[in-house]
Order: sequence, then structure tokens, then C-alpha cells
Amino acid sequence: MAQTMGEDGRFGLDRRTKLLGPVRLDSGVQFAPVEFAYETYGELNADKSNAILVCHALTGDQYVASTHPVTGKPGWWTRLVGEGKPVDPSRHCIICINVLGSCMGSSGPASFDPGTGQPYAMDFPVITIADMVRAQAILLDHLGIERLACVIGGSMGGMQALTWASLFPDRVQSAIVIASTARHSAQNIAFHEVGRQAIMADPNWQGGNYYGSVDQPDAGLAVARMAAHITYLSEAGLTEKFGRQLQDRETKTFGFDADFQVESYLRYQGLSFVERFDANSYLYITRAMDYYDLAEEHGGVLAKAFQGTRTRFCLVSFDSDWLYPTIESKRIVQALNAAGAAASFVELSSPFGHDAFLLDAPEMNRIIDGFLKAGGL
Amino acid sequence: MTALRPDLAVIAETIPTGARVLDVGCGDGALMAALRDSKGIDARGMEIDPVNVANAVTRGLAVVQGDADTDLADYPDDSFDYAVLSQTLQTTRRPDLVLDQLLRIGKQAFVSFPNFAQWKIRFAHMFGGRMPVTKQLPHRWYDTPNIHHVTIDDFKSFVEDRGYSIEGEWYLSGEKRRGAGLANLLAEHAVFLLKR
Repeated sequence: MAQTMGEDGRFGLDRRTKLLGPVRLDSGVQFAPVEFAYETYGELNADKSNAILVCHALTGDQYVASTHPVTGKPGWWTRLVGEGKPVDPSRHCIICINVLGSCMGSSGPASFDPGTGQPYAMDFPVITIADMVRAQAILLDHLGIERLACVIGGSMGGMQALTWASLFPDRVQSAIVIASTARHSAQNIAFHEVGRQAIMADPNWQGGNYYGSVDQPDAGLAVARMAAHITYLSEAGLTEKFGRQLQDRETKTFGFDADFQVESYLRYQGLSFVERFDANSYLYITRAMDYYDLAEEHGGVLAKAFQGTRTRFCLVSFDSDWLYPTIESKRIVQALNAAGAAASFVELSSPFGHDAFLLDAPEMNRIIDGFLKAGGL
Repeated sequence: MTALRPDLAVIAETIPTGARVLDVGCGDGALMAALRDSKGIDARGMEIDPVNVANAVTRGLAVVQGDADTDLADYPDDSFDYAVLSQTLQTTRRPDLVLDQLLRIGKQAFVSFPNFAQWKIRFAHMFGGRMPVTKQLPHRWYDTPNIHHVTIDDFKSFVEDRGYSIEGEWYLSGEKRRGAGLANLLAEHAVFLLKR
């Protein structure tokens, strides 16, 4: 990655900072102080007009384009972010912040409550997508970045991008919203509730006070991840990848071992997830997503969330995404049209379901590249 | 930049600076780009083909993927000064409803279409005894996107029946503009400016 911002310690890889805040949460709580874990790539130009905020999804983190410290895997969006990519540290100053409530260094249920010296656990306040965005705004103030040339995100990252444009229209020149929605549907909430119940039904969860305990709610968190993971894939994708193939065996065992490849795959997804994620964070962030309905505070009229906006919008959906299907993006487009906003939208074809935005998607990259360049980036 | 298609050139010339424009079936955004570059107009577009949408977006244009038959309902009344429907009317399932939508969204509407009564097409039909395949309408009957062929005279009476008025009309043969005389027989394309 490019050399970052010379001697300025606020910029660079794996940054941590604690700010006074407070963040005024939707619940009414004034949350302070606020810890931030974030990364920046590339240099902020002289007139500070090249800042791009990348927002991560539910279980994502700030390591958008650098190696994950726990898994050792490359950054989660290196297909889009990196030298020669549409979001390019040689041209852009890229910021990615671990969201409030998460577990990779920003304030969340696993971080220490300065009042007690213990992890917050379930004393951490319930947060919303807007709270995450307000917290990010505090960090950007600290970085001296008033205006974002673009806010970009997929899935929950897209919710943040929309919320940024709605809460801070003057700070957001353009927003790219991929495979996302303006509200969680009953089905979305239902799947999340399955995950939360799996965690809370695990006796090792211990009412959320498992920090420091030998017994961790790994089984519950793994099941939550397994259920969620199914929603990120498409039926056709699963069929193509696994079909009814058996795992390392010739015949069915007439037992409850992972006979099928798809079972084995899901178990692996669940087990590897618990290595890098905190069960309570999973509760808090899924709650934030379920509470998300951008139109709610505008009398149910989504267009009012964007009234008078000068932000340029680009929306992308994928035809096999049944978690946040195209119809949800079209609802947003309809609202943007009604608000007279400059909006672009395209539905791309992919067999990979919701996860398509994280995978090889050359047409998505072409659109993002063109959209950013058309905005002078 | 390649020359603008002749019907689009007519439309681009006629739309005044500062107008709010929605181009329905905007293709790769050629008209929108021309309006932006020559008149500083920030037009909006709708297009059904995702590759065309992507191409338009990479040109910096605000284009949404959508179907004129179903998605125009999403736009508020009077949200544009001009709604443009160029060489798309004949591909819609319900041209009558699409026209109503255009003149609900736009105060005025440009509609351009290939004239199915042009003499070459008449000849091909009359003497060939088959659905015409010509330079301007190169598709065969079974693979054509043009499912509602229309002639200039049809269109005029259609507009009248719907209660709209014709504010301007332009006729084209190839690249050349021609007068209104015998237009239904001689013109390959027509462009109309309509008002509620």
C-alpha cells in the first residue's frame, strides 16, 4: 500500500484512537468516550477533495485492503480497493472504520467500560446504523475531513452510505450503494432473530458475560453464522457448488454426521467465524440492522430522507441476491427520483447471490470506476 | 464523438438550456451526453438494457435501469420539463399508457419513431408479401423488438384521441430532414413534440 500521510499519525494502517465524543445515540444515550479502529490508504490531497469512506458489512472490519490480523487473509474488498483498482490509494484517500458495536478495536460490547474496568457486555447501549454513521463523522472530524468525495458500501455498508447521504448531505458528494436496502424486511429480521436466539440459547453465552470465561458461546455463534451464510448465497450457487454430493464418503451414514458436502461447508464457515468474531457484537450489529428503516423518521416517505440532496447516487443490485433483492434497490431509486436526485441504478447478473459484491464482479468494478471518474475522482 | 442520430439531433437542438429532461429508453446516453455537453443540462435517463446503463453511468450520466411499461409510474407528476421517448414507443407493450405517463411526468414530450408507412416498407409488404425487413427496420417478424408498428398518420390520430396537442413535428429521410408534404409516404422517421 502507498505511503500514508508522512508523519501524521492519524493516517495509516491499523490506527487506533479514543475520542471524547460523545455520540448521541438514537436510544437517547450519550456514548463516550468512543474508541475507533480504522485504516487509511493513500494521501489526502491539498484541497481534501479525494476522501473515500468505505463502509463494511455486518461481520466486516477496517481491513478492507490489508491482511486481516487474525485470519491472515487478504483484505475483504481487494477486488475493488487497491493499486490500479476503481478505489485506488494512488489517487484517493481511502478510509475504512470498524463500526461502532463491532469487535475489531472500535467501541463494542467486548471493549472495556471505563466506568467499571470490565467489558461492557450487555451493558453496551443498543445502537443503530445512524449511530454508526454519527460515530464515523466524529472520527472524520478528527482526521480533518469535512467532505467525502464518496461513501461506498455493500450490504450493511450500503445502509451506512445511504444514511451518510441522508444525515450529512453536505458532507457527501456521492454515494455508492451495493446489494443493499433502505429498510430491513420482516424476512431479514426473522433470519437475524434465528441467529440471535442461537447465540442466546448457548449456555456458554451466560447472559453475555462470557468474557474471561473458559466457556465461550462458540456453538451458538457458529449456528448463527451458518444460518446467515445461507442467505448470502443463492440456491443455484449452492446447487452448482455442492448439489447433493456426499462429504468424503461413498454412502449415507444413517446418522447425523456431516454426510453432505454442504453441511460440512457450513460447519466450516461457522467454526472459522467464531475465531474472528464476538458473539455479543453479532447481537448488537444484527439489532442495528433490524432497526434500520431510513423512511421511518420521515413519516414513512423514503424520498423525504433525500429531499433537496445534491449527492450523486449509484446503486447496484444482483439478480440472484434474495437477501436484499433488486426490488429493494428499486425502492431507493424510486425515492431518489421523487427527490429529484441524480441517481444511477443497474441490476447485474451473477450466480453468487448476496455475496456477489465481494466476489469477482468486473461489471460492478467498471460501473464504480466510471461513476467515480465522472465525479472527478 | 460520433454524430448524434438525426432524431436525437432534432430533440437536442429544440430543448432549451436549463430544461429538466428525462430520456426514457436512453440507450447508452447519447442524447443526455449531448444535452450536457452543448447545453449544460443535467438530464436523467431510464434504460432497460443493463449493459447500456453501465455504459451511460461510466459517461457520468444519471441513468437507472427500468422498463418504460412498468417503471415510469415511479416518477412524480411534472418532475420534468421534457420527457423523451426516442425510437422506443413501438417496442412498448402499451404505447397508449406509456404516452400518458410521459405527459404526466413531463410538461411536454418528444416522441420519435420509425414510420411504418414509408413507401419502401409499403412496397416490401405489397409486392414481397412478407413482413418488411429494411435498413431502418432490420429485424425479422419473430425477433423484432418493434411489437407495435405505427405510421405517422396513425400516430397523429392517436395523439388526438388521447387529447394531447402536437407542438412540433419533424420528418427525416436518412440523415436529411424533409418537409411535412407526403410525410406519411416519404419520411423514414418522425419526431413529435407533444403537450398535454
